[in-house]
Amino acid sequence: MMAKAFRIHPDDNVAVLLDDCAPGPVAVLGAGGMAEICATAAIKSGHKVALVGIEAGRPIVKYGQRIGHATQPIEPGQWVHLHNCASDYDERSATLDGQTGAPTDTRYE
Amino acid sequence: MSNAVATWQGYLRADGRKGIRNLALVIYTVKCAQHVAHAIAAGEPDTHVLGFSGCYDNAYAIRLMLALARHPNVGAVLSVGLGCEYTQPERISEAVRKSGRPAEGFFIQDAGGTGRSIAKGKESLARLRAQARAGARRVPMGLADLTVGCECGGSDGTSGLAGNPVVGAFFDLLVDGGGCAVFEETVELIGLREVLLARAASGAVRAELAAAYDKAVEYCRSVRQYSASPGNFAGGLTTIEEKSLGALAKSGARPIQGVLKVAEPPRGPGLWLLDSVPDPHFMQFGYTNPNDSEGIMDLMAAGAQVVLFVTGRGSVIGSPIAPLVKITGNAQTFRRMQEDMDFDASRVLTGERTLEQAAGELRDLVARVAAGRPSKPESLGHREYFIMYKHQDPPSRAAGCRD
Repeated sequence: MMAKAFRIHPDDNVAVLLDDCAPGPVAVLGAGGMAEICATAAIKSGHKVALVGIEAGRPIVKYGQRIGHATQPIEPGQWVHLHNCASDYDERSATLDGQTGAPTDTRYE
Repeated sequence: MSNAVATWQGYLRADGRKGIRNLALVIYTVKCAQHVAHAIAAGEPDTHVLGFSGCYDNAYAIRLMLALARHPNVGAVLSVGLGCEYTQPERISEAVRKSGRPAEGFFIQDAGGTGRSIAKGKESLARLRAQARAGARRVPMGLADLTVGCECGGSDGTSGLAGNPVVGAFFDLLVDGGGCAVFEETVELIGLREVLLARAASGAVRAELAAAYDKAVEYCRSVRQYSASPGNFAGGLTTIEEKSLGALAKSGARPIQGVLKVAEPPRGPGLWLLDSVPDPHFMQFGYTNPNDSEGIMDLMAAGAQVVLFVTGRGSVIGSPIAPLVKITGNAQTFRRMQEDMDFDASRVLTGERTLEQAAGELRDLVARVAAGRPSKPESLGHREYFIMYKHQDPPSRAAGCRD
């Protein structure tokens, strides 16, 4: 069965994965009338996939609202997370491990 | 989903508020009294414990403890101290007695050590519980008598999609039914200033919301920590703005009636925002929300008889005093941690339920818990609590000090 993603608002340039997906087509439910997107990599449930190309510095939009900005060019179908999207406020989050979210800036010694 | 308006038998308190449980509460006034307090409560039915760790007292913590001691679900209070600390058990007892509840307190040093204090505490507790039972006035209660709090913790990508929107739709039902809904975590409204202000019930409330928002942003900036955890990022949330949009969904769509400080009850029915962020003070007391239990205490101190907790990743915590009801929008989490989860909101994502149907089911669940059925964390014995040093300017109204 094809993995599903959900686009919350028609202005959103990302959708949230409802299932873990493999590279390949993912059904897009929700707002905006887009049928599917081709994921360029495996993406976990709850994470975001880009629905369109996003230039570096441009807003990432979810819920119809800006949730941060692209830190590098993002292709349609790419996983959008800490490696290519940053908060406009929270600087520490850019230092976290992209897979686990664990901090990398605290010493244990 | 039934459309019948649920009613059940509650407990009428002297201040006019109604409780859904008739609990005895053991409070310790310093870390040194923690073991004795828990030993007194061990094996005693309907008896919960909370306490404050510090030897130096703190006005915020005392206001919070008094609000919890005079919570509608509490019928009697025993306060236990060591004897060296600043916070005074007998002062707590006096304030609680003025609220119409039986209360006693003592110092462990005066009682003669651990064993004698446990024995003395158990005798005292038996007396207090008997008084609370004898003095209980049972009255009919419905949704309009409820204050329900909501917090999210262990959020993931499903929290803003399913868990929090279902709570938001339930909050709309609660508010429309004449009840009180309280949401908090102003540090999880980052980036949403205009979205938040548009929800104000009046121009005055708009100014209150703006002040609370600006304080939260400035506080996060100054302590260099935003309210997001490694689990949030692992669950797919990338920024605090994204987490905030999901968090705001739990507030539903009704106008916000005002901002409450900690230990201040709502000033009328409707939807309220609780501000637990410290106010400026010469002592910076650190992080505003160091863990989820801290926020749950604040919601209970606003008078919430039930607290909803939305978790995507799967939290197992509970709370003393007010039952915690666990809601997840993550189907895998619901399956994996079913013994801890009360409500599966993921069904709105699969199309098995509409948002309105799920909100109605949640309302029915809240009514069943209010009528006496234990929530999952309650029946598992989870009673986590956390009271921290903090400063807030005292609420302008007499809340938390109605004595």
